[in-house]
Amino acid sequence: MATRAIDFETLRGEEPAYLTEARAKAYATPLDEYEVTEPALWQSDTHWPYFERLRDEDPVHYHANGRYGPYWSVTRYADIMAVDTNHGQFSSDAHLGGITAKDMDQDFILPMFIAMDPPKHDVQRKAVSGIVSPSNLINLEVLIRERAQKIFDELPVGETFDWVQRVSIELTTQMLATLFDFPWEDRRLLTYWSDMATADESVPGNPSKSERESIMLECLMYFTKLWNERVNAEPKGDLVSMLAHNPATRDMVPMEYLGNLILLIVGGNDTTRNSITGGLTFMMGNPAEWAKLKANPDLVESAVSEIIRYQTPLAHMRRTALTDVELNGKTIRKGDRVVMWYVSGNRDERAISEPNRFWIDRPRVRQHLSFGFGIHRCVGNRLAELQLKIVWQEILMRYPNGIEIMGAPGRVPSGFVKGYTSLPVRIPA
Amino acid sequence: MAKITYIAADGGARTIDIADGVSLMEGAVQNGVPGIDGDCGGNCACATCHVHVDAAWLAAAGDKSEMEAAMLDFAEGVTADSRLACQIIASPATDGMVVRTPLSQH
Repeated sequence: MATRAIDFETLRGEEPAYLTEARAKAYATPLDEYEVTEPALWQSDTHWPYFERLRDEDPVHYHANGRYGPYWSVTRYADIMAVDTNHGQFSSDAHLGGITAKDMDQDFILPMFIAMDPPKHDVQRKAVSGIVSPSNLINLEVLIRERAQKIFDELPVGETFDWVQRVSIELTTQMLATLFDFPWEDRRLLTYWSDMATADESVPGNPSKSERESIMLECLMYFTKLWNERVNAEPKGDLVSMLAHNPATRDMVPMEYLGNLILLIVGGNDTTRNSITGGLTFMMGNPAEWAKLKANPDLVESAVSEIIRYQTPLAHMRRTALTDVELNGKTIRKGDRVVMWYVSGNRDERAISEPNRFWIDRPRVRQHLSFGFGIHRCVGNRLAELQLKIVWQEILMRYPNGIEIMGAPGRVPSGFVKGYTSLPVRIPA
Repeated sequence: MAKITYIAADGGARTIDIADGVSLMEGAVQNGVPGIDGDCGGNCACATCHVHVDAAWLAAAGDKSEMEAAMLDFAEGVTADSRLACQIIASPATDGMVVRTPLSQH
């Protein structure tokens, strides 16, 4: 592990060499050979120039030879908004493939409300939305802060450690265990299930399809025990009790229970985790913005929105066309896969000024695509913002000299979960 | 031009002038009125400009589209007088309108 902090000052203003190389390659490759779901592009952080070119030259682009089958890439902000708000023509239904570029396995369908259309989507979403509603978050805030403080209290000073393990994963896993009222000592199972649920079996090192399915069934067995304990008890405020007692969800079949659990676990875990990690690299890599935040801590909420835009923790969402649809001059055919690249729309200069700049007090900072728009908009967005706000308030209070980034982050090989496997950091002594 | 009054959850009121054709969300955001986020920029796609329209002005606010009803369905604390401010457009008919903003918006 590195012993010297990376000096961002000398790097700033210059594009890293790997991106210059990637740009040359992206512009030398014919568009009809583009495959932007390729995991290596995400692991190496070299996807950016491909989307830059797609936005400019073919913003609604058909990939005939996609790794997961043919698909459309929608890369501009306005076109993404048009698809996301048109649930009547663009379906999220798991049986048509669901919400990721890679179809949901049709022999192992996990029905979850994000991968349903109205009206069933609406009733199931409402069964859980109360727990992350702004009024319930007021009750949770004190608890989240206490737990975050304990995590920060225990961090080593003057030695290099992994921010992903010690802070990002720990904080989001504790939060999730709290929402589920999950046995505390087993809480890392939630992290494990979350990671496994989105692991692509074609990527070396990931479990095979059948291994992944048995891991998911272990998750179901564990949660079935919790369901059985709670279904006959007085209803409490945790998510399992809510699902077990709500008329809209209490008669779910086991796979539907599992599907909705996975949705809440992934939604509440991977996303915020990776924004916590990404945010640290952005802030420490942009000393002027960090100085601005220290000088005016009231900017924290704005900074949190900017972090979520800049990270875009879920790179895309997918829909399936229910009819032929015109989109920005292209005809999408009934049955086609349509991938909305939030990560690209969030860097679209047609909608966002100076989009590649990390700018914590940018105008209209909340107008980013990371939570999606329309009826499937992230149900937990206020909880995510609250967790990040608390993290940054604690960092501001504890580490006025910042946190040193000691090496490049490890990145997840996935065009869906845009995240980090590791980030070596050091708190200056 | 319409004069629109926004009453915050804490009771504080602000009245602003909004040009005809501009939405009550856009007017509030441009004038820094608290309690209206407008995350989707007026596309009726996020329900962060939820307002309660004063009973006397409900008719003037017009009808809800299917999409507005769908988005409101997922907002917190929705009542019969709930609307999305991005879907109410300033005009002579809305001059004087009073709306209340919920605690849940920034």
